Amino acid sequence: MAQDAAQCFRQEAQDLFEQLEGALLDLEQTPDDHDLIDTAFRALHTIKGSGAMFGFDALAGFAHHLESAFDRVRSGKIAASAELIGLALAAKDHMRGLLDAATGSPDPAGARLIASLEATLGEAAASAAMRGPAAPESEADAGPGETTTYRLRFRLGQDALRRGINPLLLLDQLRDLGACTVVGLTDAIPPFDEMESDGCYIAWDVVLTTAARRNAIDDVFIFVIDDMELTVQRVSDGEASSRIGDILVNRGDVAPDAIAAALGQIPRLGELLVADGAITDGALTSALAEQQHLREETSAHAPARVSDSIRIQAQHLDDLMDRVGELVIAQARLKQLATGLDDSHLKSVAEEIERLSNELRDTTMGIRMVPIASLFGRFRRLVRDLSQELGKSVLLTTAGEDTELDNTVIERLADPLVHLIRNSVDHGLEPAAQRRAAGKSEHGTVHLSAVHSGAEVLISVKDDGGGLDRARIRARAEERGLIPAGAKLSDGELFQCIFLPGFSTAQTVTSVSGRGVGMDVVKRAIEALRGQIDIASHTGQGTEVTLRLPLTLAIIDGLLVRVGRGRYVIPLSAVEECVELSPEDDLRHTGRNFLDIRGDLVPFLRLREEFRSAAPADPYQKVVIVATGDRRIGLVVDQVIGDHQTVIKSLSKLHADVDSFSGATILGDGTVALILDVGHLVERGQTVEPTRQAS
Amino acid sequence: MAAVTSDTSSFQALTFGLQGEIFALDADSVREILDVIPVTEVPGAGDFVGGLINVRGKVAPLADLRVKFGMEQQPHTTDTRFVVVEIELAGEPTIVALLADKAYEVTEIGAASIEEAPAIGMRWRADYVKGIAKRDGEFIIIPDMGRIFAAG
Repeated sequence: MAQDAAQCFRQEAQDLFEQLEGALLDLEQTPDDHDLIDTAFRALHTIKGSGAMFGFDALAGFAHHLESAFDRVRSGKIAASAELIGLALAAKDHMRGLLDAATGSPDPAGARLIASLEATLGEAAASAAMRGPAAPESEADAGPGETTTYRLRFRLGQDALRRGINPLLLLDQLRDLGACTVVGLTDAIPPFDEMESDGCYIAWDVVLTTAARRNAIDDVFIFVIDDMELTVQRVSDGEASSRIGDILVNRGDVAPDAIAAALGQIPRLGELLVADGAITDGALTSALAEQQHLREETSAHAPARVSDSIRIQAQHLDDLMDRVGELVIAQARLKQLATGLDDSHLKSVAEEIERLSNELRDTTMGIRMVPIASLFGRFRRLVRDLSQELGKSVLLTTAGEDTELDNTVIERLADPLVHLIRNSVDHGLEPAAQRRAAGKSEHGTVHLSAVHSGAEVLISVKDDGGGLDRARIRARAEERGLIPAGAKLSDGELFQCIFLPGFSTAQTVTSVSGRGVGMDVVKRAIEALRGQIDIASHTGQGTEVTLRLPLTLAIIDGLLVRVGRGRYVIPLSAVEECVELSPEDDLRHTGRNFLDIRGDLVPFLRLREEFRSAAPADPYQKVVIVATGDRRIGLVVDQVIGDHQTVIKSLSKLHADVDSFSGATILGDGTVALILDVGHLVERGQTVEPTRQAS
Repeated sequence: MAAVTSDTSSFQALTFGLQGEIFALDADSVREILDVIPVTEVPGAGDFVGGLINVRGKVAPLADLRVKFGMEQQPHTTDTRFVVVEIELAGEPTIVALLADKAYEVTEIGAASIEEAPAIGMRWRADYVKGIAKRDGEFIIIPDMGRIFAAG
């Protein structure tokens, strides 16, 4: 149990770190944004609080220092300087380390970070002091001796009294902090016969004017914070006197319902109270209460909202997907059996099961879909660090962050994208002086985008740098014997050279043309995801690398075909059309294997020859036209059987060298069928017979 | 000799026949023994693991040890079995089916009866054989599955 809780906290902390990092990076752009400062502070506060609770003492202790620093930023005593943000980012990385580290181990790196944090804070405070009281920030200042007004609302768990929590003591402690106006909210009190005598149904609104720090308020609730809702808002002096809602609250002699209604109309308070209202008014089921509890743990002080999501482990999703995969296979068998037997009842049940299992499959795959924003978010930090490291000013722009992709795919995309972005910043973007000379903005841009296109997702990394140096790539490729000297190659073919393993080791190429570092690794990773890479580049204008990936790795729609005695699955997303192989085309053998598809010459591969099938060929051969990107090829098969729900099973390492197939699947009759790797076959077709345009 | 004793202590073994020779596998690694089921050929995969079979909804490669031991590949008989084992492949547990002309029994092979494979005078590659056990005047080959599959 304790183990579970610690694991739960680890997950929560990861989220908080991401929140913190996001806020810090945004803060770097807009250092005055109070919402961002609050977000960072809240994240730190929760890390500290929950960390201490779950025994991550080193982490909690460290977070405390950082939290104090941000408390001072919040109160306007110091500015969120670039230096401070840099330190905070380093501190965040350190905390992530602490999360995994054994407790109680010495932490010299942390001590150093804290020391430099203190130093920075000292300087910042000093410079703030030198600016004197006329500094514009003093508007938000709440220095010693001055008072601040807070608006609090809290609701204890219904079992609070049974657990020995005395709300009166909490209120007394708040009163000790300063002038306090308390209003009880009784709208959640149930009808008398449903009420438990020792249940706690009342929420409280408190307006507190205090000279104490914000932490003091948190300290009042420190022992009960996990089982309550608490919102704390700071009320500026002007607001407190000008807004009718605050006055109503302060007077306290108005009926609580009237207060709630009145507060609901106040714009700034409105959102908070509507959300609160939804909770207090609505029939709060126990499930919602549980979700609410989870929500609170991730954002302790954020305005309470009804949670509409739950957190589950990725492994459970994988298991679920496996089960669904097995169900789909069993369903396919049932369908086949039902088709064979002439029983209308069985048929109708089989159809019903088919519909259900398809829906279940779609729903399950939907659950696995995650917006790519989570991935893009990580790269902001990467670009920031790279730009500092290399002394280049780089702006990262993103588009299509809400594009959804299978969770597994997202995880495995991270490394290749890091490679590509690193390449863009390091080699693609020119130094500032060179950019100026070329008449471009000094600030380089790396644009990251994602978009759905059919059954594929296109993810592109685009920079506005110098572009690929065709001459250097060609020279290098010829030197290494990768292409024949003077060969006529399209840009696409030439650029594919940089993915060849030998290419990456060449320093001259990487420093001049700027690509090649680990590109073979990128290519392998993308191919492992059954994806492809396209490159477009314009000299002087930049380079765009586009990754084309399947939506999911688990189940695809496939076209089942027969070649000789073997049955194979072609991913339906790649299939453009099926045509019959005319006797004339069939007769034109070796060297001239082309089909005329509406004016385009499309090369074709005879899969019988590819697979060395010994069985006699069917008299009427069919051609399945498949495409990846803008390249097409015809695959000659003996028979097109039909579409087939394909649960993809990866091949073992023993078949790692067989590259015509991307995986296998189990057919309705229980036998195994191989899934064709269309990308690879298209490539093969191109090398055997370069595409020509009919003219 | 000391180098092999750790690998060839007493163990529960499944014995099976290939071309008149008796082979022994660690019984712990054996998942199940299947009658012959349809095999899907993998074009371009070579003879050793030339096929795939469906083992309870999972796709498993079917390996033919006869290829590695220089034996002739012959058609299946009514005695032919697929022995499903779990082996380590590049650090990952992998389900692999082995073709057997006949599956015999699960038996204890005593450490004392096991000898290191002779470096010379053997028809097979010495590194594919972990040891040879003697029992009732017969030789039982203990194949080194790790090495056999690492060689691919």
